[in-house]
Amino acid sequence: MPDFDVVSLPETDHVAEDDTAPDFTRPLVNEEYWEDRALGEVVDGPTLLVFHPMDGAFQGTYLYNTIDDHGWADDLDVLGLSISSPYAHKRLLAERGEGVRIFSDPGAGVIEEYGVAHDIDGMTGITESRPAVFLLDGDRTVEYAWIASEHPEFPDADAIDDAIGRLVD
Amino acid sequence: MTEPQITLYRLQACPYCERVVRVLNEFGLEYRSRYVEPMHSERNVVKRVSGARSVPAIVDRETGVTMSESANIVEYLEGTYGEGGA
Repeated sequence: MPDFDVVSLPETDHVAEDDTAPDFTRPLVNEEYWEDRALGEVVDGPTLLVFHPMDGAFQGTYLYNTIDDHGWADDLDVLGLSISSPYAHKRLLAERGEGVRIFSDPGAGVIEEYGVAHDIDGMTGITESRPAVFLLDGDRTVEYAWIASEHPEFPDADAIDDAIGRLVD
Repeated sequence: MTEPQITLYRLQACPYCERVVRVLNEFGLEYRSRYVEPMHSERNVVKRVSGARSVPAIVDRETGVTMSESANIVEYLEGTYGEGGA
């Protein structure tokens, strides 16, 4: 542990376990193109929805490395979301996130609605997302939720593994 | 959201694509936009669908037509959905 205090993020009223994940429509980017898609239309089975800081920040890189290392995209649909543009998402997907698709939410409207916004110091005008992981069943019911409460903080991959194991045969 | 009848592969700010969009709107046709990258080498999906990497390209599920080149597409749309069309 460092001998100084890590930044704590304020309490937030976020989407939580047993909630229905709010529906939204945003450009959804895959390795080849992007198009407007509604979450409600994309989710047709167990889905891991991962909010992350903008593409290029090391937190996002670590999250995608974790997704790849654990092979989650082989087990269920994995959807990312950040404020970055579709062009940035395409570059990210060329490097990592095999089989993952990523929503683009530059105005952070979805991020605000899910209660995971983070007004990041020294980047005026940018609303960031906290790292957050929501495991959804096919009806968009949240089976598992984790939202960063420190800056930085990373999800417990083993806990996510276990939650996926409970939902997916 | 029901599946729109037409899929348009397009490039942001491509005037030939906007030309096609104008005609789609004129005829009130439902379409979904799939945006691809400026680099031709990054457009394998368009090549797979239409046989060429150029945009605009459309896929019309109603008629089974897939087509590239805006002039051809406009002519096809006018002939199929315009006044006096089939």
